[in-house]
Amino acid sequence: MSIYFTKEHEWVKVNGNRGIVGISDHAAHELGDITFVELPQVGKTVKQFGILGAIESVKAASDIFAPVSGNIVKVNDSLDTKPEAVNESAEAEGWMAELEISDAAELSNLMNQDQYNDYLKTL
Amino acid sequence: MEEQLQATPICSRHRALNALMAPFGGWDMPIQYEGIIAEHNWCRSQAALFDICHMGEFMFRGDFDSSGLENVFTFSVKSIPIGRSRYGFLLNEQGGIIDDLIVFRMAEDRVMIVVNAATAPKDFAAIKGRLTGGEFTDITAATGKLDLQGPLSRYVMVELFGEEVATLPYFKFITMKILGVEAVVSRTGYTGELGYEIFIPSEKVCELWDLFLTDERVKPAGLGARDVLRLEVGYSLYGSDIDEETTPLEAGLEAFVNFDKSFVGKEALLKLKEKGVARTKIAFEVSGRRSPRHHYDISVDGEIVGNVTSGVFSPMLGKGVGIGFIKPELAAAGRQITINHERVSMEATICELPFFKGGSVRAQ
Repeated sequence: MSIYFTKEHEWVKVNGNRGIVGISDHAAHELGDITFVELPQVGKTVKQFGILGAIESVKAASDIFAPVSGNIVKVNDSLDTKPEAVNESAEAEGWMAELEISDAAELSNLMNQDQYNDYLKTL
Repeated sequence: MEEQLQATPICSRHRALNALMAPFGGWDMPIQYEGIIAEHNWCRSQAALFDICHMGEFMFRGDFDSSGLENVFTFSVKSIPIGRSRYGFLLNEQGGIIDDLIVFRMAEDRVMIVVNAATAPKDFAAIKGRLTGGEFTDITAATGKLDLQGPLSRYVMVELFGEEVATLPYFKFITMKILGVEAVVSRTGYTGELGYEIFIPSEKVCELWDLFLTDERVKPAGLGARDVLRLEVGYSLYGSDIDEETTPLEAGLEAFVNFDKSFVGKEALLKLKEKGVARTKIAFEVSGRRSPRHHYDISVDGEIVGNVTSGVFSPMLGKGVGIGFIKPELAAAGRQITINHERVSMEATICELPFFKGGSVRAQ
């Protein structure tokens, strides 16, 4: 399983034609206490870098963008009542949606872990 | 050119605690240490310590009537008993709020005026411009201010400074020796909890900060938590909910205006009272965890009728709450409104303040 990141700090963990999506530890830390996550609807089709959902903290409200195009097959609806899971574990328990990746070639538009780590140093 | 931020005497402590710092009212201030919600919860259940050295303090000494001070604010200065303080406004000629502030009656001929940080210079100029006598000085730089707020704050204060603090009622203060210097301990605050504001010479304020933190019931809290705390109990924030374009009548703060005396802005307010306000403050609760935010639109039946001035996710209520201004004819408690901003839309219900009713602020 490999992980890829966007410049907007979303990640996608790819396993075959499935991808699990969330926001990075860095993004969760920057947002501070997360109080609300707007999840996409199962069955919805999203485009790479198009809006997937939204996230709110005490400090800010931001959109979440889809790292790859695909069809939403599952969402982490435990975040409806426990959005703080994103603060506690942004890159595991705090995942947001699982999608069926429609075009694996789009992954080349993303950063791998090392590239993302380097990117964070430039911010 | 970027404006040089001022630093409080506690600045090095904030850095050592790894606080997230941000500009506020021209000052470099701690927004959070451990996290906004954790700090909020600590204040609601224990005792939270806030660095409030950025706020402005002015001292006036003289005759209140002949100097003109009596007509400067929306309340009477001379009617405040010595040892008590009063909240109210400095208005412009149009009745707009130049600042909301608290006046402390220190002595027969002396008051301390405590104002917001961002507005302090214009407040000083406005007050000075209205005075025809007396001594009026800005003592902000020489004055340190810490707020200790929370249901356990009284125990902490009594252990550190003695029984004298134990019986202090709400909006009363005492002058006492702390760390060998004269300090003002006031039973006031901005959180809706039992609490104290302590004014102490700025060269001693860091030592007092350290002393408070030796008590394990006390933890530092930043301006992030302070904003959530004040909004949960419905206190106005200058610059967001009230400003020079807003009068106390629109802002639901008429209780702090005494029409039986003269003050700058009174004629404008009387005219407005007769004519009726074009917008009025409302409080509302969102059905859900989404947070309304400053400048979001308020709609009724698809028509924009006002805007949000403050909003937050309330940890005590577990939902979004906010304050805004809308047309008065629509401002009835119980009315359904919609809060919109770009793609965001949330349903809300107009309600009464405070949102959170369980605070210890008036504890006996």
